[in-house]
Amino acid sequence: MGRTLAEKVWDAHVVRQGEGEPDLLYIDLHLLHEVTSPQAFDGLRLSGRPVRRTDLTLATEDHNVPTTPGPITDPISLTQVHTLRRNCEEFGIRLYPMGDAEQGIVHVVGPQLGLTQPGMTVVCGDSHTSTHGAFGALAFGIGTSEVEHVLATQTLPLKPFRTMAITVDGELADGVSSKDIVLAVIAKIGTGGGQGYVLEFRGSAIRALSMEGRMTVCNMSIEAGARAGMIAPDETTFAYLEGRDHAPRGEDWDAAVASWRELHTDEDAEFDAEVVIDASELTPFVTWGTNPGQGAPLSHSVPDPATMDDTERQSAERALEYMGLVAGTPLRRIAIDTVFVGSCTNGRIEDLRAAAAVVKGRRVADGVRMLVVPGSARVRLQAEAEGLDTVFTEAGAEWRLPGCSMCLAMNPDKLAPGERSASTSNRNFEGRQGKGGRTHLVSPLVAAATAVRGTLSSPSDLEPLEPLVPAADLAHQEA
Amino acid sequence: MDAFTTHTGTGVPLRRSNVDTDQIIPAEYLKRVTKSGFEDGLFAAWRKDETFILNDPTYAAGSILVAGPDFGTGSSREHAVWALMNYGFRVVVSSRFADIFRGNSGKAGLLTAQCSQDDVELLWKLLENEPGTSVTVDLVSRTITAGDVVAAFDVDEYTRWRLLEGLDDISLTLRHEPDITAYEQLRPAWKPVTG
Repeated sequence: MGRTLAEKVWDAHVVRQGEGEPDLLYIDLHLLHEVTSPQAFDGLRLSGRPVRRTDLTLATEDHNVPTTPGPITDPISLTQVHTLRRNCEEFGIRLYPMGDAEQGIVHVVGPQLGLTQPGMTVVCGDSHTSTHGAFGALAFGIGTSEVEHVLATQTLPLKPFRTMAITVDGELADGVSSKDIVLAVIAKIGTGGGQGYVLEFRGSAIRALSMEGRMTVCNMSIEAGARAGMIAPDETTFAYLEGRDHAPRGEDWDAAVASWRELHTDEDAEFDAEVVIDASELTPFVTWGTNPGQGAPLSHSVPDPATMDDTERQSAERALEYMGLVAGTPLRRIAIDTVFVGSCTNGRIEDLRAAAAVVKGRRVADGVRMLVVPGSARVRLQAEAEGLDTVFTEAGAEWRLPGCSMCLAMNPDKLAPGERSASTSNRNFEGRQGKGGRTHLVSPLVAAATAVRGTLSSPSDLEPLEPLVPAADLAHQEA
Repeated sequence: MDAFTTHTGTGVPLRRSNVDTDQIIPAEYLKRVTKSGFEDGLFAAWRKDETFILNDPTYAAGSILVAGPDFGTGSSREHAVWALMNYGFRVVVSSRFADIFRGNSGKAGLLTAQCSQDDVELLWKLLENEPGTSVTVDLVSRTITAGDVVAAFDVDEYTRWRLLEGLDDISLTLRHEPDITAYEQLRPAWKPVTG
């Protein structure tokens, strides 16, 4: 019988199999950041172990970094960042610190350097490592004990995953993006629906996505409880990788592409579960609750918990209380005070372009603050070269330095209690963006339109801009 | 890691589903660089509510948490496991655990006992009707016993063996170091390096 994409990558990395034991898998790339690594390095020191493959390990600073110029002022954050620097120096690991041209969110940095390639195993002490699955890599988040294990051995003992096909066929309507696909998937299968599975996203709507769109989809696989999300590599993948700093060159490139072309699910392979979604029926999607599965199309209203089964009802009742929402309220009537565009989910150049295209020539609504935070220093430079920073600042948004920012309340960018955001990040958990803060997860297009109107909106809700009169015509009129 | 064979302690009924790791320990508490001291952050937001279960003195010394389905979803932070263990928990019982949380627990020595939701409901009822009831979790026979309730639980065989023996994963893997070296020699030369 044929094998799925996930099974092929798995099989290619088995170092050892033993009766009644998990397989020992080799890890091709290990990414580190300051939050989940200090205790792992401590463990190495205590047992006198070196890092086995410093050349397959890379660190960046992202979770704690402020996105305004200047040093870290919180002493505990500073300790964590300094600890990473000391550990990287002591163990000989390459680090991209704050201010470095390559610094950024760990899941933006790996792909843009060309370090994330098809068929690899990629791990990081961060659940959103699933992002890298967009390249046909088997990529997943690990805990700190596992970080130590990979540092010491470059392997992990792992139990096999089950596989789930998520087929998204059809064409997305205007104003509907990859974020809406993945929010709809999570709402359909639930936050535990992917538990134990590697999801493979397939179908014409997935094939039509750019690499950046695919990264958004795979990034949020973890929000469905899945261990990883994957997309088979194709010409889009190869075109994205070719010429990047760490991509193979010359004959190596040809050899690599030849092997990458084998990385697809065989026709006679069987998945353990299958889900089908019609892309043409999708519309902009937003969350109303406190887990990423509590979402609905923007055109709907806040659902009534009374219509749900027991467990869901309790969770929805709590969520509505925390979110300060009443069942039956049209989602478009919900007023927000903060808009966040950024994170490992939607902090890439295409995301910023999409948001900029909506706010260009418009103003952020009174009483709304809009933060635009590029996912990496490279993304920031690229955006500035395209003039996107000016588009945002002219609209009244704040243009920031790269980092995890308001995705999680570990740095100065936070919601105050009771504040409500439309956020392109990945989690709407209670307190995720700041104690008492309320989060609605949205796409960059919806975030930008919401910033302009001050209520949850899609670009189609905006008044068309006055057509610009060409300068030549003005001169003619004056004459 | 300390070996785990059987544990008896106070059961704490936590009637919530989808307890994500941001609730177990919010991000602001993740800045320590040690594995201890995280008990302050355990369920920090919920503990501000005086009706929250852990604020009831009867349950304050609890060491077995009985929670709703999908426990430990979200962030991979192992700090969630350390916070539970630093507080004094040795076992979490639920009908479904998030993968990463369960993996982290196994490495750190926290037992995640998966049993049916019906058994969770029976335990909740018992622990609410008779607060402070002592619960025994036996990893050898894979059973939870409390009052009249006897519930079987699942834990994967390998994790069970490691917990029973108190074995450290890294030492186990390093026994196979020659296999790792052999694998490395077969990796294609074009695979990327970070240096």
